[in-house]
Amino acid sequence: MPTMRYREALNQALREEMTRDERVFLMGEDIGVFNGAYKVTNGLLDEFGERRVRDTPISENTIVGMGVGAAMLGLRPVVELMTINFSLLALDQIVNHASHIHYMFGGQVCVPMVVRMPQGAGHQLGPTHSHSWEALYLHVPGLLVAVPSTAADAKGMLKAAIRDENPVVFIEHEYLYGQRGEVPEGEDVVVPFGRAAIRREGTDVTIVGISRMAVTAEKAAALLSEQHEVEAEVIDPRTLRPLDLDTILASVRKTNRCVIVEEGWPHGGVGANLAALIQEQAFDDLDAPIGRVTGADVPMPYAKNLEQIAFPHEPDVVDAVLATFRDL
Amino acid sequence: MADHPLPDPAVAREWFEAMLLIRHFEERAGEQYARAKVGGFLHLAIGEEASMVGTVRAMRDTDYLISTYRSHGQTIARGTPPGKVMAELFGRVDGLCHGRGGSMHMFDLPRRFMGGYGIVGGNLPIAAGFGLAADYLGNDDATVCQFGDGASNQGTFGETMNLAALWSLPVVFMVTNNRFGMGTALERHSAVTDLQVKGEGYGVPGMECDGMDVVDTYHVTTEALRIAREERRPVLVEALTYRFRGHSMADPEEYRTKDEVEEWRKRDPILTFGDRLVAENVITEDERAAMDATAQQAADDAVAFADASPVPDPSSLYDDVYVLGGQVQGWYSVDERGAGVRKGEEIG
Repeated sequence: MPTMRYREALNQALREEMTRDERVFLMGEDIGVFNGAYKVTNGLLDEFGERRVRDTPISENTIVGMGVGAAMLGLRPVVELMTINFSLLALDQIVNHASHIHYMFGGQVCVPMVVRMPQGAGHQLGPTHSHSWEALYLHVPGLLVAVPSTAADAKGMLKAAIRDENPVVFIEHEYLYGQRGEVPEGEDVVVPFGRAAIRREGTDVTIVGISRMAVTAEKAAALLSEQHEVEAEVIDPRTLRPLDLDTILASVRKTNRCVIVEEGWPHGGVGANLAALIQEQAFDDLDAPIGRVTGADVPMPYAKNLEQIAFPHEPDVVDAVLATFRDL
Repeated sequence: MADHPLPDPAVAREWFEAMLLIRHFEERAGEQYARAKVGGFLHLAIGEEASMVGTVRAMRDTDYLISTYRSHGQTIARGTPPGKVMAELFGRVDGLCHGRGGSMHMFDLPRRFMGGYGIVGGNLPIAAGFGLAADYLGNDDATVCQFGDGASNQGTFGETMNLAALWSLPVVFMVTNNRFGMGTALERHSAVTDLQVKGEGYGVPGMECDGMDVVDTYHVTTEALRIAREERRPVLVEALTYRFRGHSMADPEEYRTKDEVEEWRKRDPILTFGDRLVAENVITEDERAAMDATAQQAADDAVAFADASPVPDPSSLYDDVYVLGGQVQGWYSVDERGAGVRKGEEIG
């Protein structure tokens, strides 16, 4: 199986889907001549031309809104926003329009649009370029929310997103862009939404990792095994809407413990939501309160040392897992 | 504004009938609101009928129309049976959107009425998206996007003007200047009150029409559509009009005087067009009265249709949140009524 970087896998997905379906086109700031702020769209302008790879002005809300309109008429726009922070400028079109149009117009029309955006801390980009907001989009019925953490998922899930009839918020990660992974070959290797991946099997505790934190969770699980004789099962939900709650619940019923790891803020976060769902469905199976490891409840600081302690690392996950055994 | 001759008598009659139907529909809708048959906000277009009918009659059936939360009239002008519009106001299953959208969110895909939108300025980027789709697909469908004077102050206005001009999109943007952004007068909300010039700095030329005159609106929109369709570039049309009622039914109208409203009522588009049709011997006064009665009956029938339609089944609450199928293998929703998780239909 070939290995490639996460950004290359995304690039392949775009290239293959554009080749497969003439209705697919790209819009975004600096995606063409500049080849993309994070080089995800590298080479696509040369290959597909300006009709299908469209550099846009810096007008996030209108770019997304044009995607909504084009999608309503049957095209398959893939809109790139340079970071998730900038997506807030397009929140009106994403939330009030893209996600509601199918429902509020009685199912007459759908919005098969993908809005791609990277998130995440670690590059000292400070408080307006570094946040993690999957919880924000998870909140909205009508949206599908994807948070791929591997190169293979990046490719397979982006293909699934483009082929889907619903609006998809596709959240990439700035740290993951450079990470390598095996990617299965084949144009029709699609990773369907709503199926969690079990990254590591274990019997003692379930760790659910979101976006990059699925990687952090897997590394923490290795430490737990080596240093504490705790065998953790690591689950990457891969999509938050639809959510594969069955796989998570089955794991919790086996391990009786659960820790949720996310990079975003704690209040109203993915972990808060997931913990509520798990305790509603599997209260009797829990031997300890559900643990959460989250980003610090602060705007992302610039200083390197502060930034590093403002988002979770492996030792934080190890500590949270061990805390679930504290009363034994 | 040019003094245009009337169109063919049959056409002129049809325009008049369409305006009368909208007027009576809106009056009935207001009454039903007062009776609590209609909920939420209700924004009536009484006074703006000419700007709606004149615009829609300049369009081809294959053109796209997109509007605001004040769009019962456009829907009806586009040919939607009034009963389906009224049933939507009543929140019934036979409403255009099965009671999901209400007054502010009409939509009729077969007639290419691409929606009323409740967010001021929210429809502008979507309209540009329709233009982009026409361009991408290489067809000559044009789009007309109606919005109010208040929307010309939104960020989407400038962003959309720029993009539509930059990408040469076949869209007619029509700012229906009824002189108030809700309760704030034009002079108090826009530094530039000649709204047709607001697009020029972005590369979108402006035109103006008398939105109280269906004939003038028709001619100006026809030319704007020709430019959009044939020259492949956007145009901004300012339709000068006035709404005789408040912004919504929940509006005590403390921001304008009765005298001002009365002054504008003399320019009532239905009154003036009717007078002209009689003066130019297109119709007689008796015919005018009969046409009025027919429109009133149609509005009454719409109310009866809406009232007879059932409310949506509670089991339909989650319908059409998502398009199921394709790559989506199932989904979950938190169902507040059961404090549990509701699983959507499984797709194999």
